[in-house]
Amino acid sequence: MVELRFRTDEAPEQPAVTLDAFLDQSNATAVRLEPDDEPRALLPHLDRIALIEIAFPKFRDGRGYSSARILREAGYAGELRAEGDVLVDQIGFMRRCGFDSFAPARPLDMAAVERALERFAHVYQPAADGAVPVWKLRHGG
Amino acid sequence: MYRYDQYDQAIVDARVAEFSDQVARRLAGEISEDEFKPLRLTNGLYLQLHAYMLRVAIPYGTMDSRQMRMLAHIARTYDRGYGHFTTRQNIQYNWIKLEDSPAILADLASVEMHAIQTSGNCIRNISSDQFAGAAADEVADPRVWAEMLRQWSTFHPEFSYLPRKFKIAVIAADEDRAAMRLHDIGIQLVTQDGVVGARVFVGGGMGRTPMVAPEIVPFVRREDFLATMEACLRVYNRHGRRDNIYKARIKILVHDLGAAEYARQVEEELVAVKALGIDPPAAEWERIERFFAMPEGLAPKASLALDGKAGSAFAHWRARNTRPHKVAGHVSVTISLKPVGGIPGDATAEQIDVMADLAQRYSHDELRVTHSQNIVLPHVAESDLPAIYDALVAAELADANIDLVSDIIACPGLDYCSLANARSIPVAQKIAQRFADAERQRDIGELKLKISGCINACGHHHAGHIGILGVDRKGTENYQLLLGGSGAEDASLGKIMGPGFDEDGVVDAVEKVVERYRTLRSDGERFLDTYRRVGMEPFKEAVYG
Ligand code: HEM
Ligand code: SF4
Repeated sequence: MVELRFRTDEAPEQPAVTLDAFLDQSNATAVRLEPDDEPRALLPHLDRIALIEIAFPKFRDGRGYSSARILREAGYAGELRAEGDVLVDQIGFMRRCGFDSFAPARPLDMAAVERALERFAHVYQPAADGAVPVWKLRHGG
Repeated sequence: MYRYDQYDQAIVDARVAEFSDQVARRLAGEISEDEFKPLRLTNGLYLQLHAYMLRVAIPYGTMDSRQMRMLAHIARTYDRGYGHFTTRQNIQYNWIKLEDSPAILADLASVEMHAIQTSGNCIRNISSDQFAGAAADEVADPRVWAEMLRQWSTFHPEFSYLPRKFKIAVIAADEDRAAMRLHDIGIQLVTQDGVVGARVFVGGGMGRTPMVAPEIVPFVRREDFLATMEACLRVYNRHGRRDNIYKARIKILVHDLGAAEYARQVEEELVAVKALGIDPPAAEWERIERFFAMPEGLAPKASLALDGKAGSAFAHWRARNTRPHKVAGHVSVTISLKPVGGIPGDATAEQIDVMADLAQRYSHDELRVTHSQNIVLPHVAESDLPAIYDALVAAELADANIDLVSDIIACPGLDYCSLANARSIPVAQKIAQRFADAERQRDIGELKLKISGCINACGHHHAGHIGILGVDRKGTENYQLLLGGSGAEDASLGKIMGPGFDEDGVVDAVEKVVERYRTLRSDGERFLDTYRRVGMEPFKEAVYG
């Protein structure tokens, strides 16, 4: 269940299908990527996708962060959802990698999430969230 | 030296607030130990045999006296009055209470220090040459590039849950004083057509499958440096093995793909990454470079003559523990943390304060930690050496044994570590005692002896000219002897000699090996050179008969 969403558009209704099913089926608009799926397989189809759900079976498995960035770098603008073992202290990094909705397997402590997301005013590196890195601020950003 | 600006400080302060919040939630029982573990680990807090252990980052091993004094303060206030300098140029405290840890991090932040990413499966503290900025043979100061990496890797959103920990070292000379090719990424700064750039090696490491890193990119200009790092890491984050913790390091990926295929994938990824504009502009490089300029007032001077003191304890110490500096009349001093019978790398709060005072008075306020667990005063005028020596003698820090057989690297081993098979510290102590005779040590010459209490190789045993590895044999401690490793520019991995020994047996075996070397060596040969010339057999024969 989506607990946290940072988009104002309607949430997509179509259920996410597997990558193989998506590539076979020309009308699907929602797709789910497992950690070892190749996100670049979606690049020719980004225009018609409304939702990409990236699975985090274990929070320690960080492949989904790279998948998310690859999709955002390629210009994907639809919903990017983190699903599974998504914990408070990972959400900040996920936001930076371009995730804009979260479907954690266990409920989140929303007060703690809020504190975590507000904590860091500055970042050292540009990523998918558009935050301005400190080196840019230092040199007249 | 690098100094924080408002942004660096804000990031570190926010981290302290975050960790205080996490510890409070843990102490209140709101989060389980299982959920807390990865959080404390990225703040350098390990649970060990007896207590929590806190590992504090010392970026590229460089500190000023104010920071060094804070390390003494922490040892005194929150630990048992001492700290342990590590092979990754950090410091560890072995007796920390969880509830004190937020206060310790706040104390550290007040002097521009932290424990961020000193453990966990993320990019760890960047290590470098302890003589950076002082060595005549460097093409540039490697710490400029290391500081760039520090900032880029701190809270990197994509690379905080890598398959395994990730260690990077940067050097800038042909002589490798940082075991660069035994890191996940090793960088050597080189010049091409007058431009300084990075030669990038990927996939080295120790542990149970030791490997020397192959070259992956021959030359990267600074304007593409972070993009290249990002591409190297992304290929690893996506394709490194996650099914088996023992095969999860990048060395396994590079080995399985082959260096050429890994390099090809990096190049391909670089095309995507370069478009993102993640490399800072020249102005940022120049800003950081200014922090690492030669200290003001460090000007050429006349050399110090020995005034008939040849053969004195001071003369031996000067010959062994100092090395030439870029600027005439100056040297870099290495302070040995390897007194005979002591614990390699340990220093008391009082000793840490003494070293801080010496740095402030005599070394332009700078200190370095070496990967051999010693401390360096990088910028010392030769005329100050007698005063420094006297102060070190008074603090029991004047051992003249740098790179000799008693300058041993040893991991914490079974005395502290929950993964250990065997004790490391007592073996180091016994070997140092066996070779306590200073004249004999000098005659033996350079000999790097390294001890790990288990296959994880925290004590670099693979890279020892002589390595000792603790193994568990039917519930009793047992030690294997390895010969022929090197962590220097001639990097190589040691080979196991044969059946293992008990604690006293391994000390005897080391002595037999060393004595056989003394009979076999030809003029000027180090132990390692002789071993490489004659091979394992003569040593095996000396030990097993
Ligand atoms: C006492 C607690 C410690 C624990 C539980 C511990 C654990 C480990 C483990 C599990 C590895 C193997 C990682 C791998 O191969 O993927 C490792 C490697 C290493 N550790 Fe430690 N360690 C400890 C202390 C230290 C200390 C005190 C130092 C520095 C003196 C240190 C430096 C290293 C180094 C240099 C490596 C080798 C890195 C490589 O494999 O490339 N460790 N440690
Ligand atoms: S080498 Fe083994 S025994 Fe030694 S510190 Fe590392 S994990 Fe512990």
